[in-house]
Amino acid sequence: MAAKILAILEQRDGLLKRSAFETVQQASQLAKDLSLEAEAVVVGGDVENINEISNYGIAKIVHLKNSDLSNYSSSGYTSAVSDYAKETDADYLIFSNTALGKDLAPRVSIRLSAGCIIDCIKLDSSSGELVATRPVYAGKALVDVKLNSAKKVITIRPNVFKAVPLDTPLNPEIEVKEISSPDLKTKVIEVKKSEGKIDVAEADIIVSGGRGMKGPENFHLVEELADVLGAAVGASRAVVDAGWRSHGEQVGQTGKTVSPSLYIACGISGAIQHLAGMSSSKYIVAINKDKDAPIFNIADYGIAGDIFEVLPVLTEEIKKIK
Amino acid sequence: MKIAVCVSHVPDTATRVKVGSDAKAIDPAGITYVINPYDEYAVEEALKTKEKFGDDSEVVVISLGGDSSKETIRKALAMGVDSGVLLKDDNPRDSIGVAKALAEEIKAVGAELVFFGKQSVDYDNSITGQLTAELLNYSCISVVVDFKINGSKITAEREIEGGREVVQTELPAIITCQKGLNEPRYASLKGIMSAKKKTIEEKPAADSEQMSEVIKMHMPQPKQPGRIIGEDSSAVQELVKLLREEAKVI
Repeated sequence: MAAKILAILEQRDGLLKRSAFETVQQASQLAKDLSLEAEAVVVGGDVENINEISNYGIAKIVHLKNSDLSNYSSSGYTSAVSDYAKETDADYLIFSNTALGKDLAPRVSIRLSAGCIIDCIKLDSSSGELVATRPVYAGKALVDVKLNSAKKVITIRPNVFKAVPLDTPLNPEIEVKEISSPDLKTKVIEVKKSEGKIDVAEADIIVSGGRGMKGPENFHLVEELADVLGAAVGASRAVVDAGWRSHGEQVGQTGKTVSPSLYIACGISGAIQHLAGMSSSKYIVAINKDKDAPIFNIADYGIAGDIFEVLPVLTEEIKKIK
Repeated sequence: MKIAVCVSHVPDTATRVKVGSDAKAIDPAGITYVINPYDEYAVEEALKTKEKFGDDSEVVVISLGGDSSKETIRKALAMGVDSGVLLKDDNPRDSIGVAKALAEEIKAVGAELVFFGKQSVDYDNSITGQLTAELLNYSCISVVVDFKINGSKITAEREIEGGREVVQTELPAIITCQKGLNEPRYASLKGIMSAKKKTIEEKPAADSEQMSEVIKMHMPQPKQPGRIIGEDSSAVQELVKLLREEAKVI
């Protein structure tokens, strides 16, 4: 029997997240490269779009089901996933490096005596063994890492590996396994959502503001541009420390490291801690009146002008084409 | 109650990183090391919890690393932590190796509540707290921005994508701390003076087999500087055109 890889997928409110499909696709790729058998594993109550998994390359889907596991439970999910991995003698487990994945993957790795590599941005198995690349020092450097343990747990950074549906979807084969009396020693009693906001860690486009915005009262200019682009609002450390914006929006070494398709830096000079957190964005636009600001060294397109004059015009121009 | 806080001695975030000659780690020359920024929130929360529980509770700071880690332990002692333990190891080890040594020490100390920073800013692993919790069979809440304890019951809020989860659990537990949880206090002069008299127990870190291996450290592909397309809003049309037609991102 071939060795096994399990893609552990995240659902919220009964819907699989986009990052789950990225995980499926990478598991399917590793299965091909390393001659493994791939299975997708979903923990939770009812999951509406579970059939979609097969569009991304894995037909065999296992649903570890209990309505008490609809919300995340660190203890409950750890037991459910570890027990299933032991039962199937899985060699590889792959998670998305989300808030849930980062919490769950290490706990599972201890249960399985597996080594663990988190936040991978590149997976290479051309040599016959898995070598993962991950950023360190918030992306100022990268390391290539391998695991010497028999069992292996990895997490992949969301938004880096794009999920592309297959031309011909596979026929899904879904097995439901009821989890009786889950371990709810640790449980989520409420989820407080930030109303209507897109999180910087998950966004495909980010519009970020820095000290050049001159005050919290001017951030509506950043928000308006983000709105027309369907983008998340980000912030530099300086403005978070000054209390203008919440820490959840901070991009950089003591905030979030992001890799969107487009990053628009407004009034951000580009301190090294900030650049570390966003320089792997696919395209970077900088608007800053100081043309010598370090942000222009990594920006694809720059406007060295007054943010208060440029931003409203940019928002209007984009409105026209949307 | 016995409370522990685990801290890490790391390069300051303003550091420009260079790969060392062995191509496995950074070149340490000229780097300033500091207490890991997230660990300051952990120390603060440990001290606040001690204050809440009163005189019969105690906070111990634990760090794994070389001799220089004592500076970071002293920093925590100066903030008000009672005593320190240095688990000595001059060699790099993976997170699981670190967690195993920390778990042994936490057991030896008898701490029921342990605070960690949510991640160290060197290897950015963000998993040491969770690994340690699992090794000790403790509950764990990671990336915490609000923490309340009542007897042995804990209610905490953790940051997730687009919001927060309110989580309940019970002692014994490990909490990993995120920016926003509190405002770390400054060490007072008196604190700094008394830290010099507090003991730091030194012992070798428990041996552990390394499960992961760094093959190579390298620098990311430098991003090519682009072009400044204008100096006022007259450049906006050109910018939008480039984003649509060249970058194809909008």
